Amino acid sequence: MRTSIHRSRRLGALAAVAALTTGLLTGCAKDSGGKSDTSDGGGKGSTTITLGLFGTMGFKEAGLYTEYEKLHPNITIKENVIEKNENYYPALVNHLTTNSGLQDVQAVEVGNIAEVVQTQAGKLEDLSKVQGVDKGSWLGWKWQQATTASGQTVGLGTDIGPMAICYRKDLFKAAGLPTDRDQVGKLWAGDWSKLVSVGEQYQKKAPKGTTFMDTPGGLLNAILSSQSQKFYDSSGKVVYKTNPAVKQAFDLTAKAAQEGLLQAQTQFQPAWDQLISNVKFASVACPPWMLGYIKGKSKADAAGQWDVAQAPQAGNWGGTFLTVPKSGKNVTEAEKFVTWLTAPAQQARLFAVQGSFPSAPSAYGMSQVTGAKNEMTGDAPIGTIFAQAAKSIPLQPIGPKDQIIQQGLTDNGVFLVTKGKSAADAWNTATKTIDNNLEQ
Amino acid sequence: MATRHHTAAPPVGEGGAAPAHSRAASDAGERRRARLSRRWQRDVRWSPYAFVSPFFLLFVAFGLFPLLYTGWASLHTVELTAPTDMRWAGLHNYTRIFDDDFFWNAARNTLTIGVISTVPQLAMAMGLAHILNYKLRASTFFRVVMLAPYATSIAAASLVFVLLFGRDYGMINWALHFVGIGHIDWQNDKWPSQIAVSSIVVWRWTGYNALIYLAAMQAVPQDLYESAALDGANRWQQFFHVTLPQLRPTILFTCVVSTIGASQLFGEPLMFDANKGASGGAEHQFQTLGLYLYEQGWVNQHLGRASAIAWTMFLILIVIGIVNYVISRRLRESG
Repeated sequence: MRTSIHRSRRLGALAAVAALTTGLLTGCAKDSGGKSDTSDGGGKGSTTITLGLFGTMGFKEAGLYTEYEKLHPNITIKENVIEKNENYYPALVNHLTTNSGLQDVQAVEVGNIAEVVQTQAGKLEDLSKVQGVDKGSWLGWKWQQATTASGQTVGLGTDIGPMAICYRKDLFKAAGLPTDRDQVGKLWAGDWSKLVSVGEQYQKKAPKGTTFMDTPGGLLNAILSSQSQKFYDSSGKVVYKTNPAVKQAFDLTAKAAQEGLLQAQTQFQPAWDQLISNVKFASVACPPWMLGYIKGKSKADAAGQWDVAQAPQAGNWGGTFLTVPKSGKNVTEAEKFVTWLTAPAQQARLFAVQGSFPSAPSAYGMSQVTGAKNEMTGDAPIGTIFAQAAKSIPLQPIGPKDQIIQQGLTDNGVFLVTKGKSAADAWNTATKTIDNNLEQ
Repeated sequence: MATRHHTAAPPVGEGGAAPAHSRAASDAGERRRARLSRRWQRDVRWSPYAFVSPFFLLFVAFGLFPLLYTGWASLHTVELTAPTDMRWAGLHNYTRIFDDDFFWNAARNTLTIGVISTVPQLAMAMGLAHILNYKLRASTFFRVVMLAPYATSIAAASLVFVLLFGRDYGMINWALHFVGIGHIDWQNDKWPSQIAVSSIVVWRWTGYNALIYLAAMQAVPQDLYESAALDGANRWQQFFHVTLPQLRPTILFTCVVSTIGASQLFGEPLMFDANKGASGGAEHQFQTLGLYLYEQGWVNQHLGRASAIAWTMFLILIVIGIVNYVISRRLRESG
């Protein structure tokens, strides 16, 4: 017994040393110094531009790196991808605050851009001053989201997520609703409560087990995104509790949940994926990328069953910016590359390959956008439909804690209504959670 | 031990009676010997420290310093977005914990999940070890199989469990409906969700503990069983009166380790509700202390608050450790 304890202690210590040493070895991020631009053109790839990305942004898949390397023989491009933004972003903040481990280009998701603009602008280059960057190329609100109060633009927009309503034609037909996208759009044009009324109609004759819309979170997000003011006012004050638009969106979603128009699920969870493959909801608020998601989770016979109608009011969901940290090794080259990568022509190509919708309106007339089709929606001209939505997205002030507030309202709020809580109780639970999360 | 020369007679040169030897040779030799012995002494005295130093240096850098720095940060209001920008807050972060409902909810959950995961886990491990202790065919195979869950990653295991525990399409509800039990919402109701999270823990750690028990059982001298058998004790009595008392130190060890593990429970509840992030369910019904700490620090980016929670957890762990120690002393004295 004694010896075994000693032995295990020694083993434990050894294991600890081993673990710590490996941690030490892997934890050594290369400190990047200041600028040292060596574009001497000495053979291929004398300068390597590194990108820090999350998820599947598709630049590589769209062949954009290869093309840029062809245009600039002295440049090599490498990307480091982290699968999930919730892992990528905290690491990025850490790297920014400690000025180490940064890539030449770092992507920032729209949900985080406000916080980056407010807290990290000093660490990032002002991209509005770069040659070839024209503010007019982007949708006004997209440009604004990455711009500080003093007019420094820390990131250039790549894609956006203009929202429409994707619906299953077969389910709508079974419930006695029109299936033509213009007629469907007219049913609820301009007013979210009309959409809920259409949902009530649907539910009366709904095929068994199906609901009108997918989740409380999806509906709440669509309504909130289309408002001109959400959780922050233009001066940057948190107003989520006093802004009537938020409470109205919450109550309308709660009403829809109580009436059984929504599934008691959370988006992107396995159970929700199963709802898609088993065709359990008739509509979902969707940006273009959602069609790709639906395709991934659907059975083969779902192809061509979907169509896209305009939402009562369009909002934006998702999208990314590319930033250039000041402490990068190749700042000037990185700026040039980002300028090229976010130009309208490249954005249009990215849409053709990846379905990431361009944030540059001049791309909307390009053939890659106007001729875009999706397997799920058959012949629907989705490029044109989403371009129309993109142009009517309001200029909404976004704030650093938008995601936390919205998650509270969704997961700790309207979701509970599907579990039989009253709207008032759910609101109290949500606000209590959010306030605790916001308190420093 | 060096000999003490002043007790021996001084040499002739100093008017003493000790035999004289040629100075030159002896001096050099003695110096060398002295030097060697000094070296040897130093070697004996300091080498062990040198051998263990890597661990302690690393521990200071990656264990002790973060611990103290966390303590320092917990006395400030500081955000993750600007970790160097600290505003002195005194004990505010600690006092607010007392009326932080979310903290106490997490503490309660940690306790209940800890109990419903640790107790069945250790009981089952004991039973399994007892069975494996008999002569079995392919016993090595079974022993390896027991460790398989421990070798899988928490994330992968949790994801599979999420699917099994699905409300509408989960295999467990599908099986239950044959028994006539209706749909249980494993993720959103308090007790089902805690039981589900505990089941992941039980699944992962039962085999591990069973192997520890098995090792201890094999160290129990065979003649104890023989004499017990001679006294007419049956298998069960042998287990209760021979095996269990002999395993007491091992049982204590697994209890301490499991308790510490349970109080730090983090990965399973985090993965069990992948999309609700770190809030541990819609009503925080399975948010553990580890999860709450993570949520405050990494999701809400309140470094000061999270540090205070970390230190509070540390103090709670120390209290648990002391309680464990007292109980084990009592047990040893009574044994």
